[in-house]
Amino acid sequence: MKRRHALKTISAATLLALSGWMPSAFSAEDTIKVGILHSLSGTMAISETSLKDVALMTIDEINANGGVNGKKLEAVVVDPASDWPMFAERARQLLAQEKVAVVFGCWTSVSRKSVLPVFKELNGLLFYPVQYEGEELERNVFYTGAAPNQQAIPAVEYLMSEDGGGAKRFVLLGTDYVYPRTTNKILRSFLHSKGVKDSDIEEVYTPFGHADYQTIVANIKRFSQGGRTAVISTINGDSNVPFYKELGNAGLKATDVPVVAFSVGEEELRGVDTKPLVGHLAAWNYFQSIKNPVNAAFIDKWKAYAKAKNLPNAATAVTNDPMEATYVGIHMWKQAVEQAKTTDVDKVIDAMGGQTFAAPDGFTIQMDKTNHHLHKPVYIGEIQADGQFNVVWKTKGPIRAQPWSPFIAGNEGKQGL
Amino acid sequence: MKNPAFFRVCSSIVLMLLLALGAGVAARAAPAADAPAIDAAMLAPLAGSDTDARLDTISQLGMRADPGAARILEALSAGTLYVGPQEQLLIQTSPGQAIDAVNGQAMTMPAQADTVMVNNRLRRAVQSALAGSRLFADDWRVRLTAANNLSRSNDLAQLSLIERALQVEQRDEVRRALEVAQANLALQSPQPDARRAAAEALGKTRNPAFRTALANLSQPASDGTFAESDERVREAAARAVAAIDRHQQTVAWAGHLFYGLSLGSVLLLAALGLAITFGLMGVINMAHGELLMIGAYVTYVTQVLFRQWLPGWMDWYVLAALPAAFFITAMVGMVLERTVIRWLYGRPLETLLATWGISLILMQGVRTLFGAQNVEVSNPSWMSGGVTVLGGLVLTYNRMAIIVFAVLVVAFVWLLLNHTRLGLFVRAITQNRRMADCVGVPTGRVDMLAFGLGAGIAGLAGVALSQLGNVGPDLGRAYIVDSFMVVVLGGVGQLAGTVIAAFSLGTINKFIEPYSGAVLAKIMILVLIVLVVQKRPQGLFAPRGRSVE
Repeated sequence: MKRRHALKTISAATLLALSGWMPSAFSAEDTIKVGILHSLSGTMAISETSLKDVALMTIDEINANGGVNGKKLEAVVVDPASDWPMFAERARQLLAQEKVAVVFGCWTSVSRKSVLPVFKELNGLLFYPVQYEGEELERNVFYTGAAPNQQAIPAVEYLMSEDGGGAKRFVLLGTDYVYPRTTNKILRSFLHSKGVKDSDIEEVYTPFGHADYQTIVANIKRFSQGGRTAVISTINGDSNVPFYKELGNAGLKATDVPVVAFSVGEEELRGVDTKPLVGHLAAWNYFQSIKNPVNAAFIDKWKAYAKAKNLPNAATAVTNDPMEATYVGIHMWKQAVEQAKTTDVDKVIDAMGGQTFAAPDGFTIQMDKTNHHLHKPVYIGEIQADGQFNVVWKTKGPIRAQPWSPFIAGNEGKQGL
Repeated sequence: MKNPAFFRVCSSIVLMLLLALGAGVAARAAPAADAPAIDAAMLAPLAGSDTDARLDTISQLGMRADPGAARILEALSAGTLYVGPQEQLLIQTSPGQAIDAVNGQAMTMPAQADTVMVNNRLRRAVQSALAGSRLFADDWRVRLTAANNLSRSNDLAQLSLIERALQVEQRDEVRRALEVAQANLALQSPQPDARRAAAEALGKTRNPAFRTALANLSQPASDGTFAESDERVREAAARAVAAIDRHQQTVAWAGHLFYGLSLGSVLLLAALGLAITFGLMGVINMAHGELLMIGAYVTYVTQVLFRQWLPGWMDWYVLAALPAAFFITAMVGMVLERTVIRWLYGRPLETLLATWGISLILMQGVRTLFGAQNVEVSNPSWMSGGVTVLGGLVLTYNRMAIIVFAVLVVAFVWLLLNHTRLGLFVRAITQNRRMADCVGVPTGRVDMLAFGLGAGIAGLAGVALSQLGNVGPDLGRAYIVDSFMVVVLGGVGQLAGTVIAAFSLGTINKFIEPYSGAVLAKIMILVLIVLVVQKRPQGLFAPRGRSVE
């Protein structure tokens, strides 16, 4: 028994050494290591896998153009498997063991919250590419997705406008975790400020990976009999597929009850028959259907990459908002490193504020000087029969993020940030 | 756009409109015969970006009698209206082919042509603009939909249209829908008697869509005044609201029952294979979920093959997937049994670990073969959509198909276990393995076949699950806990127990969910199971007799 235990320890140690120590010993000097922390399995894989791929594509692109400060980037990909504590473990592995200069990763807010202590403790640098609920501003994180005022609030304003159907009643439907709960809290108080009563708002939550939306769709149908209703969906991950399937089968049309989603993009719709969904909406800061030369080049690059790397379903490869945010984030980090002439985290953080980049969303967007968020344009799109979005509303230009929503009590003093 | 069947429907609607109007039925044609012919200048705003101008053009087109206008509107709502390089509007007739929207001339679709985009507001406008011409369509179903759409309109200008349609309408269903639309508009009539009759008529429809309007009539506003001045009308409206509410209550209960049965049949399908491998054979099969997953992936592969080789038969790929999934997962199951599990009989802990390891291997294998992302499995067209019953409850076809399928699979398993030699052997081994061995039952082979049967049934369930939810490498993870829950609750070794446990868990869940939400409902179900299993450790239906060790 003793001997077996000893054997196990030795083999485990060897394994660890092989996986962790050996590569870094060989390649410490001539490359900069970059961590990629996205779920490649589990319920979030539907959304996050393509972010990993687009990050690798961007890194290849930067390396092909000579790297950063004369050094090539080396990607370290780990799979936290949609398991939130695992995110923290993997983040620690990236920072402490692999000694990466920066990490691009996370999708759900719960995963971001679980890696935060690790990044603060080890003074790491995280680029978070997805729209989220705000109420956070960490020195170690740059947020390249939207804050609520860059996505959720404009979307609800659109739904209440004449073009959006003039909704009077709202169903706030989400997955049960921090992002939907906080967003819905902000939206509820925003709706109050617009004179919508609590009896006209219904909040519904489902667990991650929920697959049976019969009761919920029937309830939406019943609720909508009381006046013009819109559904605001913060469902995350692959639960969206059964939800939209049920919606289509139950015959709830977008002309009757439009559903606007904050976490459904081109990628999520690949697994769904979109014909019954035509007219339902999504609010993002980027759509593949936006027409401008930068975007056309971005899409071409991605399609060529998907084909060259033989990614699954490469023939139907699409781009979406978080992919664009990942792409922008990596390029901005590269610019900041070149400006700071080092990958030292503190110096890069100082150099990040004020960086600009010609993004595929059609604007040269800027990283805010103080609040770690991008200035972003807002687009609202309707789902078309081919799974793409037709932009029906947009802001005139990029707008500044308000990470601390003015619609949450106690945030009044933080508006200057 | 790319769906030829859909397009055929559209073009046949247009054709019918042409025929109906061309036949010269004067009463059917809308007025405005003296309007000038459609010209390009009039249509130009349609492709523009000014929403108000587009809405204007749509309502102008809607008021016209000529079939060209209806054709343009139908194309706009179907997404087959294109704008060509010289700003001319084209209607796509088949991929690559088009006709000019103004003069109907056939031409090939220019490569640069772009779809004319519509948003929800325009779609609604097109619908009401088309109501006029659709009310006189030849197909009564088109007329019925148009009449139903009209019943949601509060536009008094539609009243004359409805009356004209009632004069010529022969079909009862459409007449009834038209009368409802008429009553809805009559609520705004200046005569109290007409309003009262309208409120009574709307109450009889039991349709909740009218509830708000009626409730507004019967209840005082916040300042205590009534929107309705006549008391008798208020009473009639209040009665109508009560009738609608009563009916809605019935619909809601019927809905819970249907959703419960459907969730129960999903649970049953997921658990039935396990009821054999775990329930009868005593193997704690943690790889059961992955067998479901393999069944779902077989469905996916079948679908891909059909798309490639038999596109005309796409609607029936699911039926072909059933035997394929059964035999492939049964083979996988038998290989597992022969190579791993048979060495571990009677050692539950090792079995648990080994099968869990197998489940990881299977998941990673599928991930390597098909990618970590979910794959798309589409519903065949006969499983999409649903039928509305009781005026409000939608029974979706895919759920109904799953319920029927679950019943068939249970019948199949029951027949196999109770009326075949294999079933007899399996039961004999379950009761007393040594004795069965002594009297000449080939226990090794029977074990293999029984495990294969359980696995094959999991494969069948996988086909069904692929039609409801996501197909991905970790599909099994979502169902493994539920499956064990059902089998343990029902009582190990009891097929009937599994059936009853599945249906009662499904129904209880669906009756709790509307009150507590999906998250809490799931928790309450788990608490319930813990309580039941504490009281009855053998499950609801404990097997009796000497076999229990």
